[in-house]
Amino acid sequence: MTATTTSRLPDVSGSAFNLRSFLHGLPGVDKVGIEARAAALGTRSVKTTAKAAAIDLAIRMVDLTTLEGADTPGKVRALSAKAIRPDPAEPSCPSVAAVCVYPSMVPIAAEVLAGSGVHLASVATAFPSGQSPLEIKLADTRDAVAGGADEIDMVISRGAFLSGRYDHVFEEIVAVKEACGSAHLKVILETGELGTYDNVRRASWLAMMAGADFIKTSTGKVPVAATPPVTLVMLEAVRDYRAQTGRQVGVKPAGGIRTTKDAIKYLVMINETVGSDWLDPDWFRFGASSLLNDLLMQRTKLATGHYAGPDYFTLD
Amino acid sequence: MFEYAPAPESRSIVDIAPSYGLFIDGSFVPASSSGGVFKTVNPASEEVLAEIASAGADDVDLAVAAARRAFGPWSALPGAERAKYLFRIARIIQERSRELAVLESLDNGKPIRESRDVDLPLVAAHFFYYAGWADKLAYAGFGPDPRPLGVAAQVIPWNFPMLMLAWKIAPALAAGNTVVLKPAETTPLSALFFADICRQADLPPGVVNIITGAGETGRALVEHPDVNKVAFTGSTEVGRQIARSIAGTRKRLTLELGGKAANIVFDDAPIDQAVEGIVNGIFFNQGHVCCAGSRLLVQESAYDEVLTALKRRMSTLRVGDPLDKNTDIGAINSAEQLSRIRELSEIGAAEGAERWSPQCDLPSQGFWFAPTIFTGVTQAHRIAREEIFGPVLSVLTFRTPDEAIEKANNTPYGLSAGVWTEKGSLILAMADKLRAGVVWANTFNKFDPTSPFGGYKESGYGREGGRHGLEAYLA
Repeated sequence: MTATTTSRLPDVSGSAFNLRSFLHGLPGVDKVGIEARAAALGTRSVKTTAKAAAIDLAIRMVDLTTLEGADTPGKVRALSAKAIRPDPAEPSCPSVAAVCVYPSMVPIAAEVLAGSGVHLASVATAFPSGQSPLEIKLADTRDAVAGGADEIDMVISRGAFLSGRYDHVFEEIVAVKEACGSAHLKVILETGELGTYDNVRRASWLAMMAGADFIKTSTGKVPVAATPPVTLVMLEAVRDYRAQTGRQVGVKPAGGIRTTKDAIKYLVMINETVGSDWLDPDWFRFGASSLLNDLLMQRTKLATGHYAGPDYFTLD
Repeated sequence: MFEYAPAPESRSIVDIAPSYGLFIDGSFVPASSSGGVFKTVNPASEEVLAEIASAGADDVDLAVAAARRAFGPWSALPGAERAKYLFRIARIIQERSRELAVLESLDNGKPIRESRDVDLPLVAAHFFYYAGWADKLAYAGFGPDPRPLGVAAQVIPWNFPMLMLAWKIAPALAAGNTVVLKPAETTPLSALFFADICRQADLPPGVVNIITGAGETGRALVEHPDVNKVAFTGSTEVGRQIARSIAGTRKRLTLELGGKAANIVFDDAPIDQAVEGIVNGIFFNQGHVCCAGSRLLVQESAYDEVLTALKRRMSTLRVGDPLDKNTDIGAINSAEQLSRIRELSEIGAAEGAERWSPQCDLPSQGFWFAPTIFTGVTQAHRIAREEIFGPVLSVLTFRTPDEAIEKANNTPYGLSAGVWTEKGSLILAMADKLRAGVVWANTFNKFDPTSPFGGYKESGYGREGGRHGLEAYLA
C-alpha cells in the first residue's frame, strides 16, 4: 500500500479535544443531496462490453463471506474452493479477492487457499458487536493472523463513537492495527448504527487517521447494511484523505449487495467519484455471500445469450 | 476510467411525419398561402426531422376565431367536467411519455435522461395538478366566483418545449379559458404531438389550437385584437416588445423572461453536494434554463476547495448523443444559439477572465459546446451581467453575507437564486434579502407544479405554477 508521503493533517493522537475539533470541522453532508447523487449515479446504463468488463471486475472484488454460527470446516472448505474457481465450467472466470471467515475457521480456509493468490480475511475484535475488552479483541486479532489471515476486518465500538469518545475508538484501532502486523486492517464502521451521514464521514476519517487500510460499511448483522449513499460518503472521504495525506485507503461496502445490477452501480460510483485508481480489488471490495452467483449467472448470460438456471452454478 | 459502451434509446418508438400543418379547431390544416413552410432539425446531427407550416396572419385569425367559438361552451362546463379532460390528457401523457421523451430529445437536443426523468414526469404532474383545481376555483383565494378571461395567446420557448406547454395550457384550461399556443420554431414537434393527444382525449375542437411559425407568427398572435390574455416565456428583449405592443389594450399579460441567477456558496456548505448543485444549476439542459445558476458566488475562504472539486466533477460530465442514456450534456439547440454562446465566451476571455473546460471530444456534426467555467470574473464583466443561456458559468467571490447579497442582487434580473450553507439561520436571512422569485437552499433547479415560479425586475411579472398560476387566467 502507498506509504504516507506528505501529511497535511494535524496530529490528533493523544488529544481528545483536537480529535473532536478536527472531526467536527469536516464539511457536512447534506442528506437530500447525497441521496440524490447516489440515485443519479445508479441510473447509468452499463451494457454489452462495458458490462462484461464490469462483471469480471466485480467478481475479482468479492470477499466471499460466511459468518454464521453454523459454519463448519466442511462449509468453509467448500467456500474456499469456490473462491479460487467460482465457475468450474468456465476457466476464464477470475478468482474472487478473498474469503472472509470467523477466526476459528481461519486455519481451515488457509489450507485450501494456500498458493492460490486468494486473500484470507477474518473478522476479529469481537465481531459483530465490538463490545468486549480490548485485550480480548487484540487476542482475537493475533489468533486470526497467526492462523494465516492476511486481512483483518475489525469492528469499531459504536457505543464509544456515539457517546463522543472518539479518542477511545482511535486508540483501539491503533492497537488492533499494531496487532495485525503485516496483515491489512479493514475497519467496519457499522454505518447502519451511526445514524447520520455526518457521523459516517467522521468515522471514516477517524479510522483512516488511526491507520485503517480499508474502511468498510457493515457487519451484515444489523438491519441496515451497505447503501449507495453511505458508500458514496466513504468514497468521498478516502478521496479527500488521499488528497491531504498522499495515502490511499480502500473501501468495502458489505451486506445487502446481492445483484449484478447493484454491484455495477457501485462500480459506476467509484468511476465517477474517485476514479480508476480505486477500480481494483486492492482498493475496493464487496463483502457479499450471495452476490457471486448472480454475477456468474449474468456472466454466462452475456457470453451465451441466454440465462442458465441456478442449478448450473455451485451452491458454495 | 471505465468506458461505458453506448446505450442509445431507440428512436423507432417515435413516428415523425414528413410534414405538419397547423392544429386549428380540432384538426390539422395546411397553412394559408401567406405562411409557407420551414424545417425543424435535430441539433445533434443537423438532420431534418420534418417540414413545419408557418402560420400567417389569416391562419392566426382562424385559430383565434376557433378558440373564441370554443370558449363559450368550454367555460360553461362544470369544473369537474373540465377536470376530466385534463386528467385524461395527463394520463395519456404518462402512457406516451417514452415516445414524447425521445421526440423531445430529437427535436431539442437535450439528453434523454433529462427528458425522460425530469421533463415528462413534470409535464404530467402539471396536468394532474391543475386538473385538481378545475372544480375548486372558488376556493383558490380569488373570490367566490372567479371567471375565465377568454382566449389566451401563449408563446413558449425552445428550452423546455413540452414543459412550458404544460405550464401554459394546464392552468388556462382548468380556469375555463381556451388557448392558441405557438411553440418555438426550432422545437415545434412536441406541441404538434400534444395536439394529437388533445384529439385522443376527445377535447372539444377549438379549446386548444397550436400554430407554428417564427417571430412574425408570434407577433400576429399576441397583437390579435380578439385575444384576452397573453402569456410569454422567452427573452427579455421580446418580452419588452410584447409589453409595448399590448400597452393600452385590455389584454392581461404575464412574462417569464431571462435570468442571471446567483448561486451562493458559503464556506460551511456541504461541499460535495454544493458542487453537485453548481453543476446541476448551470449544466442541466445545456444551461438553456432561464433560472440557471449562471453566476457562482463563492466565499473566498472556500474558493480553492470549491473550484478544485468543481473542476474534478466537471471532468466526469459526458457530452454527446442526446439519445444515449448515459449522456449528461446534449446538443445546443440551434446554430444561432451556439454562435451567441461562442460570442459571449470570446468576450469573457477578451475581458480577461480565465476560461476552463474539461477535456472532452465533441461530435463533428451538430451544435456542441463544452461545459465551460470562467474564473476571475467581476461584476464589471459582461459575462457576469448578460444571460448567456448555455453551459457557461461565471465564478465570482465574496467575503461576507452582506457582500453576497449585494452582488447577488446587483443584476437587472431576478428569477432565482441558490444558497449553500449548513446554517439554517443564514439560509433564512439570505432568502429574505435576495430579490429573486425562487430561492433554493442547499439544492438547485427543483420544480414542482404546486410551487409558483416567476421573476423580479427584468425577469418578468406574474407567476406560473401553484395556486398563483391560476390567478393569471382568472378575472
